[in-house]
Amino acid sequence: MGRVLSKKEQGSHNNFDAFHFLQKYGSLLLFFTLIIANVLFTNNFLKLSSLWNMLLQVFPVMLISMGITLVIATGGIDISVGSTMALVSMVVTKLIIQQNMSIAPAIVIAITIGLSYGMFNGFFISKFKIQPIIVTLILMIAGRGIAQVLNNGVIISFYNNDFANLGVYRIGGVVPVQTVIMLIVITATYFIVSKTVLGVYIEAVGDNKNAAVLSGINEVLTIIFVYVFCSLLVGVASVFETSRLCSADPNNIGKLIELDCIAAVAVGGTKMTGGKSKVIGTVIGALIMQLITTTINMNNIQYEFSLVIKSLLIVSVLYIQKEKGRR
Amino acid sequence: MINDVMYRFKKVNVWGFLKNNSAFASVALLFIFASIRYKDSFFTYSYIGNLFRQVSMIGLVAIGMTFVILAGAIDLSVGSTVAVAAVTTAYFSNINIFLALTVPIVLGVIIGIINGFIVSKLEIPPFIATLAMMMCLRGLIYIFTGISTVSVNDNAIPILFMGRGYILSYIPFPALIFIAVTIIVIFVSKMTSFGRNVYAVGGNEEASIMMGLNANRTKIICYMINGGLAALAGIILAGRLGAGQPVSGEGWEMDAIAATAIGGALLTGGVGNFSGTFFGVLIIGLINSIINLQGNLNSYWQKIIMGGLLLFVIMLQYFTGRKKINKI
Repeated sequence: MGRVLSKKEQGSHNNFDAFHFLQKYGSLLLFFTLIIANVLFTNNFLKLSSLWNMLLQVFPVMLISMGITLVIATGGIDISVGSTMALVSMVVTKLIIQQNMSIAPAIVIAITIGLSYGMFNGFFISKFKIQPIIVTLILMIAGRGIAQVLNNGVIISFYNNDFANLGVYRIGGVVPVQTVIMLIVITATYFIVSKTVLGVYIEAVGDNKNAAVLSGINEVLTIIFVYVFCSLLVGVASVFETSRLCSADPNNIGKLIELDCIAAVAVGGTKMTGGKSKVIGTVIGALIMQLITTTINMNNIQYEFSLVIKSLLIVSVLYIQKEKGRR
Repeated sequence: MINDVMYRFKKVNVWGFLKNNSAFASVALLFIFASIRYKDSFFTYSYIGNLFRQVSMIGLVAIGMTFVILAGAIDLSVGSTVAVAAVTTAYFSNINIFLALTVPIVLGVIIGIINGFIVSKLEIPPFIATLAMMMCLRGLIYIFTGISTVSVNDNAIPILFMGRGYILSYIPFPALIFIAVTIIVIFVSKMTSFGRNVYAVGGNEEASIMMGLNANRTKIICYMINGGLAALAGIILAGRLGAGQPVSGEGWEMDAIAATAIGGALLTGGVGNFSGTFFGVLIIGLINSIINLQGNLNSYWQKIIMGGLLLFVIMLQYFTGRKKINKI
């Protein structure tokens, strides 16, 4: 930038500014600290199986966080993802187990039905300008109700069929299929944000809605896209989770997952007010959240401590990162 | 003279009344519907008293939530605060009745102060800050109780009375607390400078700061009230169940937010009122009762109906001229 630096600013280039460094690379630093601490103190952490386990566990949060990153970049929020997960999980299981449908069409139909939730969110938020948190709150409440009514709130379990094998399928007998899907989704999201016009539209809408509309961006379609994209990823996550757990539980699947995802996005450095999306930051955020859980689990510490640690972490990371925008 | 009367009749604008009192209108409709449909099984002292008792706890939480929402923030930690209060009450009921009634409230207020401090001084988005508080509190309760229920001492009459007692042998005590608190907060919001400050801060924080209002202090006080009321709800819950359950209050934050939104408050702050929230809470209670009385609907329909109603109220606001406000 053609800006003339003041003496003070020039001076600060020479000195190592610890706080500034922490702001910029805080979450990355935390990520590596957690890994190194685990390598040193946690038994069996360096085994390949624990890596696969961790990736399997982070899979739904990672996928949904990608969608939510885009949603938050448009200045919105989506707290209905847990309910979408419950709906897709119920529909796909009902189709395969109770209607004896073959797997591929059932998954496609279920995910398509899940997209309707995203359509609903996007439509009411963009067309009627209702606050995103209210619209998605409606679906958070009613959406899970719909999923529960489908089978009267009863869990459907299944074993030993092709659908159950999908979630535990390992490519070449080693790499869980979820890992590959996760990589594809992260790459696709990163591509959308950084290489396409759509990415620019998304950030423009989140930054200044009026300016975006005035410069000819189709705000309605952009917003509908992000919510539908989010529900698509939720649908994919839900299918694999259902298959891995061998049951569709409309009451509990995806419960409070929206909070985990939003926390991951926030720790990743995406501003809650919109206008910026940090896909790689979100990836690291999600991994940090999972690393904390894994650390707690593998060291035989009570699970509840992870809640306390995560919450303290979220607040401190956000506090450190907050100053960035101001300077 | 006649013209004068005619003019007054013209001023009775049904649509306008509905617009401003959609929550009240919905309560009236649901109440009349239930009274006609279920006659004696609904329209009795005991049933309606019970209805009020059931909604009183979520009602107290919703009223606190309205303060926070009016100030332009949100609080997701109320459910966990309810659990903290319920467990603390149960724990202290075995030691000292006075402590059992005061410590939870103090704790709730302290939680509120911390929330308010994180939101206003540290400037962390309310949604994230209170989400962290929600997780933190829930984790702490689980750690301290080992996820086991703490029972209330049978001799702790005042606490049990908080949840189960009747005044004048007809009015449930929790309902009385709920109604009294509603009246007080309506008075506070309309008649005191603090009440007006809340609206000003929620409506436009920067403008309110320029006018010399202490926005941070107002927000912190809102969170304090919210924490205190959530704790009160927790005490009532412990009294009603005769136990403090560490898992209690889960999901209450969403019910409270829904009740506030149904009552006509905007979640961006600055718009809304407490009577709306009061009726919003009653709507949730009435829908529950109707589903129970109907018998052939399972309880999951309650969520669908509540979501539909929320959508209906929001769309009603949109089509009756709240567009401008919504656009900001």
